[in-house]
Amino acid sequence: MGALRRFGLFLVEFIVGDDWTLAVVVVIALAVTWALSHTGFPGWVALVVMVMTALVASVGRARRAVARRRRAE
Amino acid sequence: MHIVLLVLSTFFAATVEMVEALTIVLAVGVTRGWRPVVMGMTGAFVALGGLVALLGPAVDRIPLNSLRLVVGGLLLVFGLQWLRKAILRAGGLKALHDEDAIYKEELGRLQAAGGGQGRVDWYGVTVAFKGVFLEGLEVVFIVVTFGATQGHTGAAALAAVAALVVVAGIGVVVHRPLTRVPENTLKFVVGIMLTSFGLFWSAEGAGARWPGNDLFILAVIAMTAAVAGATVAVLRAGDTSRLQALG
Repeated sequence: MGALRRFGLFLVEFIVGDDWTLAVVVVIALAVTWALSHTGFPGWVALVVMVMTALVASVGRARRAVARRRRAE
Repeated sequence: MHIVLLVLSTFFAATVEMVEALTIVLAVGVTRGWRPVVMGMTGAFVALGGLVALLGPAVDRIPLNSLRLVVGGLLLVFGLQWLRKAILRAGGLKALHDEDAIYKEELGRLQAAGGGQGRVDWYGVTVAFKGVFLEGLEVVFIVVTFGATQGHTGAAALAAVAALVVVAGIGVVVHRPLTRVPENTLKFVVGIMLTSFGLFWSAEGAGARWPGNDLFILAVIAMTAAVAGATVAVLRAGDTSRLQALG
């Protein structure tokens, strides 16, 4: 069980990386894309906007974290 | 169009990963001898080849739309991780990847580890295996996802092997870490490509239809590059003003 758990954690770390919120946004954005595409709306617009916003927001969070660390030093 | 971009992306990604693996392998060879390197590398390549042989045909059996949704989604998450790190590096918020520094650090660690007096230096074998396997795993992920969603596993695998041959060939000749490979730029480009392909395929898997069909991938790449470039520009501007404020 320990080895299986370690392997699972490794897989998550390998694919998801430092910021898990990006993975969560991708899942939500794909669900929204699926729903919109089945109502005739171009769902790809929602996917692109949500993913790019999440990326910029993630970088922004990292920037604030680095700024806090630099101020503390 | 897709196959050219796919081959180029895989080649660049594999080049970056092989350069990183070469640094570790060289450090092991110089400090512990070349026998553990050969053993570790052989084991890693067998394991990686086995993974491609196992996963490639397995994902081929999944219906295309479900495959594009799941595999495209995974590629998108994976690509975003690459791109995020590349943006942070380019924006000065994360240390640039420096093969020379990593090589020196690895040399110190391997020399300090001691041992290696028996018939087989298992420490050296393990370090070489881990270095090649973990770096190669990212390449396998890219080859399998590209191959599965576009049906070009062979082309993607060939691009990866070509990168391996080029990097290993140069490594044998120069016999030191390849510090002149523009690794950080390549990582930035690969991050853009992985994110763009992930967006494209996962959207198709979710039932979306891109305008202009396959050609629209170029627009997606351009858009991702524009967002990434603009983010880096903002970070650099912010960093400069902060440095000026500190000064």
